[in-house]
Amino acid sequence: MERIPILKMGQLLLVTIQVDMHDRLAMTLQDDLTTRIVKDRAKGVLIDISALDLVDSFIGRMINNIAAMAKILDADTVLVGMQPAVAITLVELGLTLEGVKTALNVERGMTMLKLGSFS
Amino acid sequence: MRNETSRLGDIIIEHQEKLLEGWLASLISRIGRRDAHAETELRQQASRFLSLVGTTLRNAGSADIDSSAWQEARQLLGDISANRVRQGYSSIETANFVFSLKEPLTSYLQTEMSGDPATLVTEIMATNSLFDKLGLFTVESYQKSREQVIMRQQQELLELSTPVVQLWKDVLALPLIGTLDSARTQVVMESLLQKIVDTGASIAIIDITGVPTVDTLVAQHLLKTVAAARLMGADCIISGIRPQIAQTIVHLGVNLEDVITKATLADAFLVALQRAGSVIVQKDR
Amino acid sequence: MIGNDIDVKVVPLRADEDVVRMRQTLRECLVSIGFSLIEQTKMITAASELGRNTLRYGGGGEAHIEKVTDGGRRGVILSFIDQGPGIADVNLALTDGYTTGNGMGLGLGGARRLADDFELITAPGQGTTVRIAKWKLF
Repeated sequence: MERIPILKMGQLLLVTIQVDMHDRLAMTLQDDLTTRIVKDRAKGVLIDISALDLVDSFIGRMINNIAAMAKILDADTVLVGMQPAVAITLVELGLTLEGVKTALNVERGMTMLKLGSFS
Repeated sequence: MRNETSRLGDIIIEHQEKLLEGWLASLISRIGRRDAHAETELRQQASRFLSLVGTTLRNAGSADIDSSAWQEARQLLGDISANRVRQGYSSIETANFVFSLKEPLTSYLQTEMSGDPATLVTEIMATNSLFDKLGLFTVESYQKSREQVIMRQQQELLELSTPVVQLWKDVLALPLIGTLDSARTQVVMESLLQKIVDTGASIAIIDITGVPTVDTLVAQHLLKTVAAARLMGADCIISGIRPQIAQTIVHLGVNLEDVITKATLADAFLVALQRAGSVIVQKDR
Repeated sequence: MIGNDIDVKVVPLRADEDVVRMRQTLRECLVSIGFSLIEQTKMITAASELGRNTLRYGGGGEAHIEKVTDGGRRGVILSFIDQGPGIADVNLALTDGYTTGNGMGLGLGGARRLADDFELITAPGQGTTVRIAKWKLF
């Protein structure tokens, strides 16, 4: 069964989404991440979507859910690398992902997580 | 079963050379622009069109120019019209390309069927009808091409009027002048986001000093832009809020809680610098 | 909405993977027409929403991707057809939760905003057809 790989880097978990995800795969990722946050006692999750040229409401909600669940488990989440076309489309769709911190790229995202600049 | 259009098609194909010469003479005299390049192009277009009409008439079995048999001919006329639009010809000049073929053609029909007036009349009427339709189609294509050119120009104008300026390493400024409608917002978002990617800026100052009115729609467009920039990791500061606009925003109940707002671009720039981690030091004179 | 010259691809929507395949087929079609990246993204996202609806709420169905040359303009017309329960309250379905995108939001409102044309044909017990179109300006 295909899964999206989750990388552990110190206390951070890094997820790079590179495939055109179907809904089941997205649900699996959500479950896997939640499990790993607990298992690895992660303090931060970085989701890299720079390779995604499409984010629809399902994926959007998945990202919201991941951030919410991570928060409950005392971990911060940063979403990085959103492409301009995707950002414009998401906003038009009405999904602003307010509960998720964002950064331009992986480097900035990691800096944010390490500094722990979250309220 | 005799093909109603095949005879005309035969005539065209048989006498193609002569017809072309007669037609071109009329075209060139009507156009009145003496320019070797234009003449060569005209020759090519006329030659292609004539042979295409000939073969289509012979094979088509109908003079219904909307049918799929006439697809290639329509395509050619569409291309020629678009070409004429680009070169600045009028719609009449463009339509005359087709209409001026009627005369040499009907002359030939008269010669071919001089002994059979009844058939001659039928054929001439059919020819007129066909070329009128083709001519009108050409005018329609011309108008559509014109509209497209105008729309493209409008788009380019929109893009030119929304420049995104890099004020500092991490700071962009977007001075908006004029109304912010939905089309403009699209262009603004695209420019801003692309600039964020290009410069890696994390702060964007949207200055609305030049925006005359802010109603619910404009406010929504602004908030959309702010939301889109945020998704890419950049925070927005809205500056240039005049007192009247502040009142309107409060009255409309627009929620600007998550957005930093400043009265002037200068104030916004200071805040931006601080957020970007810069400090301004006054040098002793 | 009726197009002239016919060029339709039919994609069955019976499983999650079908929606992905539909998106890819649509992408190829949009690229061939010459749509910009933003136009492509908007349309494919809208299609993804509608395809999911067909699958989840319509009990499965099919998508029709029609490349159209309607007179002078070119574009694509997408139809999502199912024989499911139909939508009882159309007005409610069209006013989705614009703020959070949570809950049942059928994505219809979003799809409508992302496309140029939008058509919804449905009735309780009569299945649902959602049609969206995007036209290339120049």
